[in-house]
Amino acid sequence: MKEKRLMSRRSAIFAGLTSAGALLFSGCLKKAPPTYGSILRMGDDLTYLGQRGLLSQRALAMEYQKSDITSFPVTDIGDPADPASKNAYSKEYEELKSNGFKEWVLSVDGSVAKPGKYTMDALKKLGERTQITRHTCEEGWSAIAEWTGVPLGAVLKEAGILSSARFVSLYGFDKYAESIDMLDAFHPQTILAHTMNGETIPARNGAPLRLRVETQIGYKNVKYLQRIVVTDKFVDPAADIKGGWSWYTGI
Amino acid sequence: MTASQNQETPSPRHKRWVKSTHFILTLSFLALAISGYEILMVHPRLYWGKAGNDLTPALFELPISRNYHHGGWEKSIPFKHLSGSQVTAARTYDIFNENGWGRSTHFLAAWVLVAAGLIYLVAGFFSGHFRHRLTPRRGEFSLRLLWADFVSHLGKQPDYSGKYGLLQKVTYLWVIFFLFPVVILTGFTMSPAITASYPFLLKMFYGHQSARTIHFFAALLLVLFLLVHLVMVIRSGFKRNLWAITFGK
Repeated sequence: MKEKRLMSRRSAIFAGLTSAGALLFSGCLKKAPPTYGSILRMGDDLTYLGQRGLLSQRALAMEYQKSDITSFPVTDIGDPADPASKNAYSKEYEELKSNGFKEWVLSVDGSVAKPGKYTMDALKKLGERTQITRHTCEEGWSAIAEWTGVPLGAVLKEAGILSSARFVSLYGFDKYAESIDMLDAFHPQTILAHTMNGETIPARNGAPLRLRVETQIGYKNVKYLQRIVVTDKFVDPAADIKGGWSWYTGI
Repeated sequence: MTASQNQETPSPRHKRWVKSTHFILTLSFLALAISGYEILMVHPRLYWGKAGNDLTPALFELPISRNYHHGGWEKSIPFKHLSGSQVTAARTYDIFNENGWGRSTHFLAAWVLVAAGLIYLVAGFFSGHFRHRLTPRRGEFSLRLLWADFVSHLGKQPDYSGKYGLLQKVTYLWVIFFLFPVVILTGFTMSPAITASYPFLLKMFYGHQSARTIHFFAALLLVLFLLVHLVMVIRSGFKRNLWAITFGK
């Protein structure tokens, strides 16, 4: 008696999948970054929500052996210590660099109980993690290096991150900046690296401190760090979205 | 082939879900091919292994953009504490890079392709489409018959029965159950977030850059399939075939 069946197996499977999908996304929709009406940015949001909903958020990116380490290209927007690089140039950075970064401090403010400035020694006391990971550039190339640094989560805890905080923006001296959500900020492999391949991070690889976020594409990894700002609301500090690029780059 | 011959042969009949998914898959595949080509133009070097970049040897390079063999690099600096010959160097060349729209178009189209592809797969299995219409019947398949069918396609007038032929069945099965899965999985293997959750992908395809190279060749075969498919559609009656896959009953 096929006709009397309330629901066929096929429609049951379909209904099940649809409602599972709806449950999955309904909880996250409020967290989606703005799209400014662009269908491409809506697609980026779909990828963001899809990856947040379907993947493990604590899973570690692949870690490699020392023998896997490769050469590492520098393809940023310019040397902040070189006046010839115009937009990326920072007089302050040039002076800090000429003094071996002895005067350098990282400022942490925004939605934190204790906004302040951290010297390199103070940061190093907060913790240390070494990882050999792959840098995956949006251009298509990749490179493997060993990084040692302070877990970003440890810095945020030390600064007394408020419960309302949702995003972390990181600003470099080259006027480049990116923001990440709390899942990536507190990911165990998200570190502020001061050492690369066993040596103090070479100048153009982001001295004296750079971000490593291993679950996203290369351009999230801000170099030459100057300032960290914790926010309750979504910010797109270097205008990825307005510039026509995806803010979330887990793919 | 003349129009009167077209009317004599039976028109192919496609199920409604075949027609709708075919249309969506065609559009998303075109978007993926165009944006994929743009992404390749940005870094037209392919490698084998876990990682690869301008400072490591390439498997081969393609002269498809101004980024091909650009020599815009500062002097390389060796890493002091590594035993190998790894270096770092800064790029001075202003590369071609339209990946802002290229990548986002690629991933948006990929979502559409995967969604429509899943509907097609589920419908294909449950309706018996794969079993009855795409799987060669007993006694129908042998390498000799396949070769004969291939040769007959090279002839002036291909046989036309309104049903899938042997070569057609084998090709479609290969595209659906091999090429598309490979191109999708190697695509996943290039994603840092997906491979963190599913590291077996990196092992399965011999690393990030190997996956990228396999992705390139699988995509190339899919484009080749598309071209041959188009030629055969035209040769066996373009108007009738197009009507049948779009609006036909």
